[in-house]
Amino acid sequence: MPDNNRGVFSLIIINKAGGLIYQREFQAGLRKLSTNDYLVLAGTFHGVHAITRSITPKIPISQPAQSPATSSTGTAAPAASGYSYPNPGVPVSGLDYLETDKFRLTCFQTLTGTKFLLFTDPLTGSVDAIIQKIYELYADFVMKNPFYQIEMPVRCEAFDRHLGAWLRGRM
Amino acid sequence: MAAPPRHATMQSISNGSAAQGNDRPQTQQSQHVQQSQQSPGLRVPSNRKTIYDRHLNRSRNAELSRASFAFLFGEMVTYAQRRVTGIQDLEKRLNEQGYPLGLRLLDLLFYRSTSTSSSALSSSSTSSSPPNRPLRIITLLHLIHGPLWRLLFGRAADALEHSVSPDTPNEYMITDNDPMVNTYISAPRDMSMLNCAAYVAGIIEGVCDGCGFETKVSAHNQPTELWPSRTVFLVRFGDPVMEREKVLERAGVK
Repeated sequence: MPDNNRGVFSLIIINKAGGLIYQREFQAGLRKLSTNDYLVLAGTFHGVHAITRSITPKIPISQPAQSPATSSTGTAAPAASGYSYPNPGVPVSGLDYLETDKFRLTCFQTLTGTKFLLFTDPLTGSVDAIIQKIYELYADFVMKNPFYQIEMPVRCEAFDRHLGAWLRGRM
Repeated sequence: MAAPPRHATMQSISNGSAAQGNDRPQTQQSQHVQQSQQSPGLRVPSNRKTIYDRHLNRSRNAELSRASFAFLFGEMVTYAQRRVTGIQDLEKRLNEQGYPLGLRLLDLLFYRSTSTSSSALSSSSTSSSPPNRPLRIITLLHLIHGPLWRLLFGRAADALEHSVSPDTPNEYMITDNDPMVNTYISAPRDMSMLNCAAYVAGIIEGVCDGCGFETKVSAHNQPTELWPSRTVFLVRFGDPVMEREKVLERAGVK
């Protein structure tokens, strides 16, 4: 795939309280929103993400208990609620990606609750690898920077530089 | 009259378990006290091998985690940032944190230089005789540029220059294209003059002072297109050092 990583449009980082802490476009000529709109977008996505997580359907655990041959995991679930998620071993995630004809939004939530939203072309491959690398750069150049205050907007010149250089190298 | 009980309390302070052993047989107790005097306040591992029992060259080629250093150094910067009045004050504090390290590092550097092959020696010393303390400025600067940098960062510094201005013959510059301490640090825009490599400048200052060269060292940002965190360490020798240098030059000391 020659144009494997071409359509990386923009990146948004949302802190665990739903506040926008980083926003950057990677291609020239993209239509820009106002700062306020970006804040609203981040807050709205944060809420939708929480809703999608809480509306994850549950199945009654009495069913697999009656027929243990179909599923052995259902019996291991706590009996207090009477309902369980379909696959209790996997934690409930919210919205993972959102796709339209023109773009694909991939959301990656870290264990600490920070969310990375990556806007890409729907045909772009290996989005997970790109997000992992962005997370790695964030851990290096944002979290190891003594001048960065946690949960505050990211203004780290080294992060911008390395992120831009890495994506340019992939394009 | 007060002496015996005082002695007893001191004993119990120096080793808390000795007080409990008072009713033990006399020989055992004296042995216990002797042990406690050997290592007061130190926790000795069960195999009785402390860091002081290890050979100094044991960790010569050992490597440290860059990430843990980055977090430690980040905390040092945060600590130095408390109650500072400005950028210069912050750099001064970082410098002061590095200075004692430089003084102590010098002995280790000499020790390791003498016990290894000539490849690790400073370029000015001959391989047949162990290197002495540097007497001339150039020898000292080569020691910093090469062996000290290799000991600290695993590679030599990138450039060593003498000031071209005739007004400041006492100024020398050591350049590092990508200082390891600054790898993950981006200073905020209102502190763009700040360079946290002031800590390294403090180490250099300590090494120079330990060698008997009175010096002021400061770190300055000189970014280029290719090396955005390029740092120049400006080494300013004091007037007495420059006078001595002239005398040594006339005497032909190398």
